Amino acid sequence: MKLNNKFFNQWFPILVHIACLLPIPWLIADAWLGHLTADPIRASILRTGKIALELLVLSLACTPLNTIFGFKPALKVRRALGDYSFLYVCLHFAIFVSLDYGFDFQFLLPELTKPYALLGLIAGLLLIPLAITSFSPWPKRLGKNWKRLHNLVYLINILSAVHFVLVVKQGVTEPYLWLILIVFLLGLRIPPIRHFLSGFFVHAE
Amino acid sequence: MQKIDPSEVTPKKLYLSRRQFIGSAGVITAGALSLAACAGNLPNVTVEPPVYTGPTTDELGATLTTYQDITNYNNYYEFSTDKAAVADLVGNFPTSPWSIDVTGFVSEPKTYKIEDLQKFEPENRIYRLRCVEAWSMVIPWTGFPLHKLLDDVKPTSQATYVKFTSIFDPKDMPMQNSDFLPWPYVEGLRMDEAMHDLTLMVTGMYGGPLPTQDGAPIRLVVPWKYGFKGIKAIVKIELVDTQPTSLWMQAAPDEYGFYANVNPNVNHPRWSQATERRIGEIGRRKTLLFNGYEKEVASLYTGMDLKINF
Repeated sequence: MKLNNKFFNQWFPILVHIACLLPIPWLIADAWLGHLTADPIRASILRTGKIALELLVLSLACTPLNTIFGFKPALKVRRALGDYSFLYVCLHFAIFVSLDYGFDFQFLLPELTKPYALLGLIAGLLLIPLAITSFSPWPKRLGKNWKRLHNLVYLINILSAVHFVLVVKQGVTEPYLWLILIVFLLGLRIPPIRHFLSGFFVHAE
Repeated sequence: MQKIDPSEVTPKKLYLSRRQFIGSAGVITAGALSLAACAGNLPNVTVEPPVYTGPTTDELGATLTTYQDITNYNNYYEFSTDKAAVADLVGNFPTSPWSIDVTGFVSEPKTYKIEDLQKFEPENRIYRLRCVEAWSMVIPWTGFPLHKLLDDVKPTSQATYVKFTSIFDPKDMPMQNSDFLPWPYVEGLRMDEAMHDLTLMVTGMYGGPLPTQDGAPIRLVVPWKYGFKGIKAIVKIELVDTQPTSLWMQAAPDEYGFYANVNPNVNHPRWSQATERRIGEIGRRKTLLFNGYEKEVASLYTGMDLKINF
């Protein structure tokens, strides 16, 4: 890809960091201006959850962007995307527990046993070791096991999308589209598919 | 509807105001989180709220939901699945002229023009509305009890259920062009539920006309049932002898039953119904059996297993 020049390589990760942080002031501004619907707590939970899912799926897209399209800068931001996703998962969960349920564990605990909440909780908990070990010295210290551990992100992606599927009423198709996208991105990792497509795109250039 | 004595009104201080909340939430969570929840909605609907001079709380002391919130947060899938988007999409929907057919097992079937319904004396009633999605509002409706309309057409002894049908107007209701739900919207009540005095045919809200996004020109409100029973934009009422299959029963029979009575002890298969978020408040309230109308309606269901008949 033509984008592999020095200037771009330098600025691309910075732009990604800014883009990942922007939703926070944006959410604050929307809250301040009253743009979070009549149910701002629900809207904040939905929005932070959605951003977390978007960043998680984007991090999943990084590898195929490199292997199939030869877009190397994607690898530089893969870990950051995952870490930011974890940040929004934390916000998502914190709003749910505090503003929505007011730390009322009498009601919170039964709700957490519902499949939608349980899947979300498991996905969030699984992200914790990934977020921690994404910083040095863990990648080096874990060696081969680092990659094995971080393959958990495939499962986390699917759990997150199913978590989304389980909270919408019939007729809302969006979460299914995310699930399809995730399965597609996972499919791109299957060696024969990956080799076929990378040959196709990289040689065609 | 009971008359509300001012002494019964719960003091305001029992309700966390938004201001107080912002302060307390700042302690609870990071500043960003607290800001994320401070409501106060900018008007996105341009119509002026009507002048309302009625009571400002329900009989339990809960404050009315604002006109702004009631008109900008609507589950009206004919227009959009996004509750905040409905208000902007209803503009072209014609609510006049309008007529309702009342047919089936009645000795005097009639077609009423919407104006004809004024002969049923309008009443103002403040009802809690509890959505199956676990949020709720307190709304001052204007309407007349359905039993007045039913008495007018004289149901025969064969009539055991009432079936309501919404308009099918894909030209003005964009989502009806998609078959993701079995349009048009259909709802039903058992005859005794339909004849209950709380069951209201609604034509107004906050002392003014019923806004289109809230179901204009005429909708059903059954306050002890989940909000989806309150079918909007009704064009047909049939008295039938078998239990009608509602749109939601057809779309998801394991999740939405015929009765759909508000019940904190019978959970939705995917989420709890024990609590609800009252629009305009922070945190949650406990959901009341039959949405707080237990005294009035519990006798309708004597001997029934509400877990089976959900």
